[in-house]
Amino acid sequence: MGSITLNKVSKVFGEANVIPSIDLEINNGEFVVFVGPSGCGKSTLLRLIAGLEDVSGGQIMIDGKDVTQAAPAARGLAMVFQSYALYPHMSVRKNIAFPLKMAKMDQSAIDKKVEAAAKVLNLTDYLERKPSQLSGGQRQRVAIGRAIVREPSAFLFDEPLSNLDAALRGTMRLEISDLHNQLKTTMIYVTHDQVEAMTMADKIVVLNRGNIEQVGSPLDLYKNPRNLFVAGFIGSPHMNFVDGAYAQSKNAKMAGIRPEHLGLSKDSGLWTGTVKVAEHLGADTFLHLDVDGIGPVTARAGGEFGAHHGDRVYLTPDESKLHRFDDKGLTIRA
Amino acid sequence: MARSVTTKHKVIATIAAWVVALIIFFPILYTIITSLKTEPEAIAGFNLIPSFTLESYITVQTQRDYFTPFMNSVIISVGSTILALIVAIPAAWAMAFSPTKRTKGILMWMLSTKMMPAVAVLVPIYLLFRDFGLLDSRIGLTVMLMLINLPIVVWMLYTYFREIPGEILEAARMDGAGLWQEIVHVLTPMAVPGIASTLLLNIILAWNESFWTIRLSTTNAAPLTAFIASFSSPQGLFWAKLSAASTMAIAPILILGWFSQKQLVRGLTFGAVK
Ligand SMILES: Nc1ncnc2c1ncn2[C@@H]1O[C@H](COP(=O)(O)OP(=O)(O)OP(=O)(O)O)[C@@H](O)[C@H]1O
Ligand SMILES: [Mg+2]
Repeated sequence: MGSITLNKVSKVFGEANVIPSIDLEINNGEFVVFVGPSGCGKSTLLRLIAGLEDVSGGQIMIDGKDVTQAAPAARGLAMVFQSYALYPHMSVRKNIAFPLKMAKMDQSAIDKKVEAAAKVLNLTDYLERKPSQLSGGQRQRVAIGRAIVREPSAFLFDEPLSNLDAALRGTMRLEISDLHNQLKTTMIYVTHDQVEAMTMADKIVVLNRGNIEQVGSPLDLYKNPRNLFVAGFIGSPHMNFVDGAYAQSKNAKMAGIRPEHLGLSKDSGLWTGTVKVAEHLGADTFLHLDVDGIGPVTARAGGEFGAHHGDRVYLTPDESKLHRFDDKGLTIRA
Repeated sequence: MARSVTTKHKVIATIAAWVVALIIFFPILYTIITSLKTEPEAIAGFNLIPSFTLESYITVQTQRDYFTPFMNSVIISVGSTILALIVAIPAAWAMAFSPTKRTKGILMWMLSTKMMPAVAVLVPIYLLFRDFGLLDSRIGLTVMLMLINLPIVVWMLYTYFREIPGEILEAARMDGAGLWQEIVHVLTPMAVPGIASTLLLNIILAWNESFWTIRLSTTNAAPLTAFIASFSSPQGLFWAKLSAASTMAIAPILILGWFSQKQLVRGLTFGAVK
């Protein structure tokens, strides 16, 4: 079991009110991703849940039990840190065994569990090595191994892949998703990375300045962002925002259109623009344009759309995919 | 091409290292050489080949008691180091793991005491020692050396402890380690190499300290530094004997240094090398 409820949780560091007040419901078995700009309080929120930081106010419940004052270990959660935080003087085996040893499990049971975890994580050949003799990806797997042997009611990850290179990040992302499918344990995952958030999450929590902007499934946030912030934050490349006459003609203060919802043509269209930079990625081409009377706009074209710096092209927004915002930045529902 | 260039660099670097090492080591080497000469040979002038006589060592042994100053050196250097560690570990610990606004200032203030010339406080300290009956006592010297080296010990330990990442301690707490288990299984093993380096370096510093040990001791508590010095005064200068005494005084610490090289290099780089 691993349902987590936050009830008006707040955190103040000295003068700084880092988290004003958060209510959040995390269901058992969910994969929840916290995203948001740097410094918005993602790590702080995770550490409050872990018990590594005391709340300034509010209540944290795990499986219906109030754990607001409980010590970290008593909450039955496991955490994987960005820096891995392995014990440098212990072998991989001892690292993974450490939480079990602390739980006073008997040695033969510990050995069995450590070896099972090592097998799942491809670490069997490395059990006797020290963390310093492992690659980044292997270290991360040891950290995950140390978390799974405890059979926690939920896993907490704080940007676990940000120290790895792009290729390894891709592999580890799949491994963690796979692990979630196997274990079906609640996971809370903090990341900066759009791709990780979109591909791994059952539920994304978008944070901004310590407040929750929106909670929803990846597609829900992509399709129905609640406000300008979420619309601009979710999606890569970012949504284009257009104000002025065009927005007014749509009865909005601000209109938003994603790069992939702009029709491109070399002959005709609603807007005309000059290509500043064309990024050819193979399957896709991202055009960074300067559109007459509107300004900078990013558009996605097919891989075969040949365009170069200085070319004139025509754009037509797909009006059915248009997002409209009022003067408070909130989405106007049709 | 590239390969020959690197080999050439290597050879040059090796030669340079040897030259520097020889220059630094030469005074010690010459002391050892001189100790193996006869007294007339020693006075005669520069000469690298001694007659390999142990005469001076025998004279030193019979004229003077080596064992007492040796034991004094051991007691004073080890004792002052242990005392310093007892005081410095909690101090450095507190400053590394719960720093406040004033931590940096306190550290600087401690170090600033090392910037003052020792002579400046010689008279008051001498008078204090006299009035408290600490002159020529092992306890007096132990406490004195402990105080002298304390700033360095605190600084070294502080830099070591600071290197222990906070996330590892948090991981231990998440893994269910209580305070005591955290200290035994995680903190101590990670802190021990730093403490060991500090201990070794401080023993060497204390062993070699001569300003205070010579001035605050006469016979009972005199360590090996005073033992060497005593050969340079009373009956005129006897270079070979003086050298033999010096060699005997530095031998124990050279041997200790040799066997703990690795640990010492770590210590001297103040934890910069991981
Ligand atoms: N121990 C602390 N004392 C004071 N302020 C803190 C402390 N920890 C975090 N903060 C502040 O709280 C805010 C949120 O920090 P937090 O680490 O949670 O951000 P984050 O969303 O994880 O950012 P990032 O994506 O860069 O990791 C920041 O403004 C930070 O300066
Ligand atoms: Mg963070």
